[in-house]
Amino acid sequence: MAASNPSVFLLTVNGHIEGANFPEYDNLYCKYCFVYGHDWAPTTGLEEGITQIASKSSQASHRLIWNFPLATTFKSTNPSGWPQLVVSVYGPDVFGNDVVRGYGATHIPFTPGQHTKTIPMFVPEPTWRLQKFTGWLTGRRPEYTDPKVVAQGEGREVTRVHSQGFVSVSFLIMTKDMKKMDYETGPSGPANKPSATSG
Amino acid sequence: VKRRLEEKLKAARVNGVSFSHTQHTIVKLLLYNLWLVFQSKGESLQDKEASLEFPSRLHSLRDRDTVTRFDREQVGKGLPTAEEAFNFFTLNFDPDPPDVIETSSRRRQKQRKTTDEDEEHEDVDEDIQEENESEEAPLVQTQEDLFVIDQSPQDFLEIRKAEYVGYQKLLQLQSELLFTPSFRTPTSIKLPENMKPRYLEDEGLYVGERPPVSLTNENILENRILKMEEGKKWFGDDGRIIALPNPIKESSTRPPLFHMEEALDPALQTVYRKAVKSKYANLYIAGAADPEGDYQLDVDVSGLIFSHHPLFSREHILGARLAQMYDQYLTRQRNNLTGHLTDKLNGLRNALRNMLESHSGLNPTQALQQRISEYNLEVRNTRHLRDSEQEKDRTLLKNIVKVWKEIKALREFQKFTNTPYKLYLRENVDRVSDEQDYEDEILAEVVELEAETEEEYQNKLAEYKKRLEEWKLCRKKQFQKAKKKKQKKKKKGQAQDDTEGEDEEQDVSESEGPTDEPPPKPEPPERPDLGSIEQWVREKALRIRRKPGEAILIPELSASANITASELCPAEKARREDVARRSLFTKILYNDKEVSRTDSRSLNTDFRVHFGQIFNLKIVNCPQSISLQVFEEIGSSCSLLAQVFLPVPEPSVVTGSVPLEEFEFSSNQRVMFDHEGVGSVPLSFEADGSNKQSLLTSGKVSCCVSWGIGDDDVPLAPPGKGHLDAVSYIGASGLYDMKKIGEWAKQSRLDPNDPKNASIMQLVASSGEVTAPEYFRLEHLQEEFNFVTDEELEKSGRFRLLKLRNQEVAEFRNYKFIPALEREVTDTVFQEYEKRLKEGEVIDTKEHLDSHRALVAKYLQKIRESVINRFLLAKHHYLLSDLVTEEEIPTIILGINLFKLAEPKRPLKPQRKERKKVTAQNLSDGDIKLLVNIIRAYDIPVRRLQSIQVRPFVEVSFQRTVLQTATADGPNPCWNEELQLPFAPNGDYSTASLQSVKDEVFINIFDEVVHETVMNDKNRGKSIQTHIEKRWLGSVKIPFSTIYSQSKIDGTFKVNTPAVLLGYSKEKSHFTNSGFDILRSLSEGTFITLFITVDPQLVPGESVREKFDTQEDERLLQASERFERDAAQRYPDRPCITTVIDLSGKTVFITRYIRPLSPPKELLDEFPNNPLEATPLVARFVSLIPSLPDQVSFSATCDLWSTCDQFLTLLAGDEEEHAVLLCNYFLSLGKKAWLIIGTAIPEGPTAYVLTLEQNLYLIWNPSSGQFYGQYDTFCPLQAVGCLVNADNVWFNIQQYTSPMRVSFDITKANLWKPFFSRTFSHPGLSSVQPEELVYRRTDRAAAAELQDRIERILKEKIMEWRPRQPTRWNRYCTTTLKQFLPKLELIRGQDVAEGHRHELQSLLGDYRISGFPLNLVFSEIRPIIEAVYSTGIHSVQASNVEFALAVYVHPYPNNVMSVWIYLASLVLT
Repeated sequence: MAASNPSVFLLTVNGHIEGANFPEYDNLYCKYCFVYGHDWAPTTGLEEGITQIASKSSQASHRLIWNFPLATTFKSTNPSGWPQLVVSVYGPDVFGNDVVRGYGATHIPFTPGQHTKTIPMFVPEPTWRLQKFTGWLTGRRPEYTDPKVVAQGEGREVTRVHSQGFVSVSFLIMTKDMKKMDYETGPSGPANKPSATSG
Repeated sequence: VKRRLEEKLKAARVNGVSFSHTQHTIVKLLLYNLWLVFQSKGESLQDKEASLEFPSRLHSLRDRDTVTRFDREQVGKGLPTAEEAFNFFTLNFDPDPPDVIETSSRRRQKQRKTTDEDEEHEDVDEDIQEENESEEAPLVQTQEDLFVIDQSPQDFLEIRKAEYVGYQKLLQLQSELLFTPSFRTPTSIKLPENMKPRYLEDEGLYVGERPPVSLTNENILENRILKMEEGKKWFGDDGRIIALPNPIKESSTRPPLFHMEEALDPALQTVYRKAVKSKYANLYIAGAADPEGDYQLDVDVSGLIFSHHPLFSREHILGARLAQMYDQYLTRQRNNLTGHLTDKLNGLRNALRNMLESHSGLNPTQALQQRISEYNLEVRNTRHLRDSEQEKDRTLLKNIVKVWKEIKALREFQKFTNTPYKLYLRENVDRVSDEQDYEDEILAEVVELEAETEEEYQNKLAEYKKRLEEWKLCRKKQFQKAKKKKQKKKKKGQAQDDTEGEDEEQDVSESEGPTDEPPPKPEPPERPDLGSIEQWVREKALRIRRKPGEAILIPELSASANITASELCPAEKARREDVARRSLFTKILYNDKEVSRTDSRSLNTDFRVHFGQIFNLKIVNCPQSISLQVFEEIGSSCSLLAQVFLPVPEPSVVTGSVPLEEFEFSSNQRVMFDHEGVGSVPLSFEADGSNKQSLLTSGKVSCCVSWGIGDDDVPLAPPGKGHLDAVSYIGASGLYDMKKIGEWAKQSRLDPNDPKNASIMQLVASSGEVTAPEYFRLEHLQEEFNFVTDEELEKSGRFRLLKLRNQEVAEFRNYKFIPALEREVTDTVFQEYEKRLKEGEVIDTKEHLDSHRALVAKYLQKIRESVINRFLLAKHHYLLSDLVTEEEIPTIILGINLFKLAEPKRPLKPQRKERKKVTAQNLSDGDIKLLVNIIRAYDIPVRRLQSIQVRPFVEVSFQRTVLQTATADGPNPCWNEELQLPFAPNGDYSTASLQSVKDEVFINIFDEVVHETVMNDKNRGKSIQTHIEKRWLGSVKIPFSTIYSQSKIDGTFKVNTPAVLLGYSKEKSHFTNSGFDILRSLSEGTFITLFITVDPQLVPGESVREKFDTQEDERLLQASERFERDAAQRYPDRPCITTVIDLSGKTVFITRYIRPLSPPKELLDEFPNNPLEATPLVARFVSLIPSLPDQVSFSATCDLWSTCDQFLTLLAGDEEEHAVLLCNYFLSLGKKAWLIIGTAIPEGPTAYVLTLEQNLYLIWNPSSGQFYGQYDTFCPLQAVGCLVNADNVWFNIQQYTSPMRVSFDITKANLWKPFFSRTFSHPGLSSVQPEELVYRRTDRAAAAELQDRIERILKEKIMEWRPRQPTRWNRYCTTTLKQFLPKLELIRGQDVAEGHRHELQSLLGDYRISGFPLNLVFSEIRPIIEAVYSTGIHSVQASNVEFALAVYVHPYPNNVMSVWIYLASLVLT
């Protein structure tokens, strides 16, 4: 009965944080968390996690590999506030202080199937030069009060950022009951075009 | 050869010196020759050559060298004589190598001779051989030399010339290695092989002037290009680099703007014109901007022919006409319409004949008849067409002949020929067949016509009969009618025959009148005259056709006639000269802009101009119009003749596939000449001037416009209109105009099968003939974006929920999981919200004891809502610090670190370290703890008449969690104990939610009293039962909001002790000799030292950054901003306020709040003699107005200052309002009073009142009514930031902030920085306060009623709190206590008289009594209950306990109430 008349739809996110490309830095680890709207709730799986510290290979490709699995299922009633994956990468600087190397966010893909996303990363810039220097010296670089800031649009205009590196994440997405609730997420082929829904 | 050489050498030697000079010159000559010869040999010769260069310099060396050589030679050939040897060494003869060369050259000369004799091929061989020999020779000889070495040890030394490379040689070397690109390149290299340079200029083609490039640069470029692959493609046919013509004009085209003497020419004045957007500016072809989207329009202007030109002579006119007619003739001939039609006619006739023959025997069926008649009709039509065509042909031919005759006549007349036209008429005829055909044709036509006329006649006859029938019927009817009406006609009508109907008809019409319209009697048709038909046919044939036997004339126009030379016709001369002077060119205009123009070509005598130019237009804008303008140039002036518009070609029209088209043009200019030229005026060819013809300049331009073709045969045409943006075509507003869309779709010929167009086609198809909406809408798109109607949106609970959440309505702000389906949204969700909305209007009096309070509460609620909304808006403005945490730069980075090194590891006076602040996001349940560190207390009341002084402990209760310290001993206990109280802010850890926590921390001091009762149980024997009883001694309460905003509270507080504490007394005698006593004597009461904080440290809410409206002067605001900023920079810990926000949300300058206002008269009346006496009473009145922190009410740090009348109406406000009111009262009492903006414990930033009385400064706490001397140790005011009165604001710039150390002398500028100074004087700000406060009389009855209600409620509550034990009320005690309360009010709780305790004691001797009066300000009932609860009076466990409760409400003016509650517990001893 519940299956025929669902009141929530499910979004299963599998996949992993494959690795990152930070040409300048090494020994990095990555924190991730999901940011989602009011109408969303994780049902199983970890909402946030932290990867091992990865060093670059001496081989040709200087990629950092984490291969950190993601497996979370969300339930929701409303596509508004679709979950986003927020990743933030940290690693030691010259003096061994743990500093942030990048923030980035991406929406979970909403079409079922496999997706690979490359998230460009960025870090907030110090407000002025001296601050940059002292930040470098003391290992206290500017950080977001909350990494989740990068998943929201509000208030971003006050920050200045500097981009560095990429993190690639692969997703395997499954959805359940979305179609039953009249949400079309599949590719809009010509076959199902006439049945395009209007809220 | 060798031998010859030697001979020569010898000869040379003999000639020796004398020869040398002449030889020298010869050498030089030879040198050149040699160089030429060896040029091809290259390197092999270099050495030799180099050595030749400097014969004189290397003289001696050379000599030696040669000597050895010749020695050797001689050794080889035979021994030289001694003489010879001597000569050899001593003779100074010219260098040898030149000789060698000389000889070689001679040899060559000789060779030349030999070549005559010998075969040629030998010559070459020999030459090479010689060379080889001459080179090899030394080599061989050196080898020989080896054998000679023994004889001359000198030869061990190898003497060589210094290895110097000569300059020239260097150059040579370099020229070998280096590539000098600046030398001139021969033309032959630059052209493909076997091609001669072709100079277009010489061929008469226009070649633009090349841009000037220096020759060197050009050479460099050419050489570089030649080195490149496919370099030759850069060169034109003339062997030069392909270059565009020089784009720079010869002279400046701008007129000089300035003249030295006179003013600027008015015509050159700069005129301001508003910039106008080009009509085509936004009509760019989509994609034209990208590199691949280049579109090219090729305009081929071939030439133009004038059909009339003012310079035409009469002959020209005729000639042009002839040519035109001949053209017409040719086209007709080509089309051969007449032939086609004749064939068709014959075919039709044959078909008809066949049909008739095949069906001749049978009755023609209906269908057949139908077909036959159709054929007949067709035959007739075709014949008519053929006849008209034939007629036209004939007329044309006739006209041609006529015009030709005219030309001939004219030529005859003027005796010269001006045009080359010549008409030949060829005859071609087959007379016999021709005649036969002619007759046949006529016959056939006659027969047909006869048949037709017959048929027509029959038709007409039938028609006539039918109509006659009708007429008769009609007439009969009318007649009958008439008969009925008029009897007199009867007779006549009957007699009349049908045939005689005419008379009758007339009669009837006469009688009937015009009302009944009679049909006219039809006329019988006339029988056609068949004889005349043939006649007519023949006439017609004569007119339109050739006569039989007449020659078929085929005109042939040729331009072979000789034009008479100008010398032979003097009349013509002027005209011809004029013609020669003229030249023509055309401009090409694209979208009304000139893009190009043809070269100017002179007008030929035949009035044809050939341009033959193709223009490639690279276009960016949509083609709107393409036109050519024909200009005529006479000398330097040119005039526009005509403009020809060319159609924009279809995208399929590409260059190469379209023929030239001719476009006619004409101009309406009138031109007249005084020579033979006819001009462009009405002209007559007749002698009498009749039959005038209007001749206008006209002609034809032959040109074509097509789209260019790209490299890979792609037409460079923009995509068809269908791909053009629909919006640009019909404009954005037209998008909703279905008609326009349909029109556009039709015009752009959308491909309906293209999936891209599917939606539009669907739209167009579905709309059909949808008419444009008949209303105007400001936002067309709005309706499109409404995905449901407004009603639906309103009705749907789900949407409503979403909307409310989005608006951040309190109930829904954090609503999770809004159901996906409408039916799952229950109405219960909204119930609370709707209830609240409803409550907004209805005032619930039951909740409040006083209706006035209820009103006030509502009003406050409203203000709160509006302020909250404002804050919600403001919350969305972020600062960098909200998002990014950034380490502050230490002021002195190194310095501080150095000092830190020297710091002791465990300092003697440790200071609290700053903790890391935690933002609300990272918090979860149970994380937050309230830490209360209770350190010590002073001066706790001691028990009377007991051995144990007092055993106090502290109980802290917060959110109904109660914790207590250990019990200490004595009146000055030291606990030093930390209590951790959990804090749960209802699951919401946002700043706003934390700020709105209204809970208070109660810190109560109790005395632990142990009673021991001996129980005498018979079974178990005696036992001692211990009752532990706690007795309330005093309390401190601190709102959580204060802790939150202060983040820590550290200090010594005065404990609120009841005025009377039954069974206790202040013991003063114990410590008389300690130093502490001095301090204590200064103050009354009990004190407790506390440290309270929240763990982890929460980030206090930011003050609102929103800029509020204001009515203040901008200058004032700026000044105040500056003042505050300066203050904050220099003394960040001193609060400085210059502007505040009033209740309506406007910024107001602070001094406007200060104004003397008189306190209620009742208060003053109590002390009529001494107004100063009333001061404490006034302060008490103010303190009785309930306190309500802004932070609690407005959920954010924002000071809202209400004026005194608002304050008194609302009866709620925080310290600032109290202070302002108190200050204003003091001012009206004639005191010197200021407002102190400072910090105090526990309030944090607050406002106090400073008064100056008899050279003593007093600091008043407005919310408690207490006053302190400036040097009072326990004054809660900790820091003084600024002082405010009605005139000015002074900021404290002294070293210290503590009131004890501060000098309050505001006149000293080095201590107090005034806001208004001499530079910025007080602008006379008017006060926002009312002139006078209106007080309402106290309603004693209401107070009495309130008193009863409070008493009842409290009694109920106490019984409720004691669910296990019975609660007995001692009525006697209650009444006694009640009598005390008014007295207590009278003395304002101060200095309790011992008397009434004794009185009580005597009355209740049997009881052990403990109790106290509480004095509270009245706002609501809840705080009263809370206060009573916190005293713990209900928790007395003794079985025989009795209670006494007395309530007294003392009314003050304006509904300010002082509530006294006397609580006591009595235990019977």
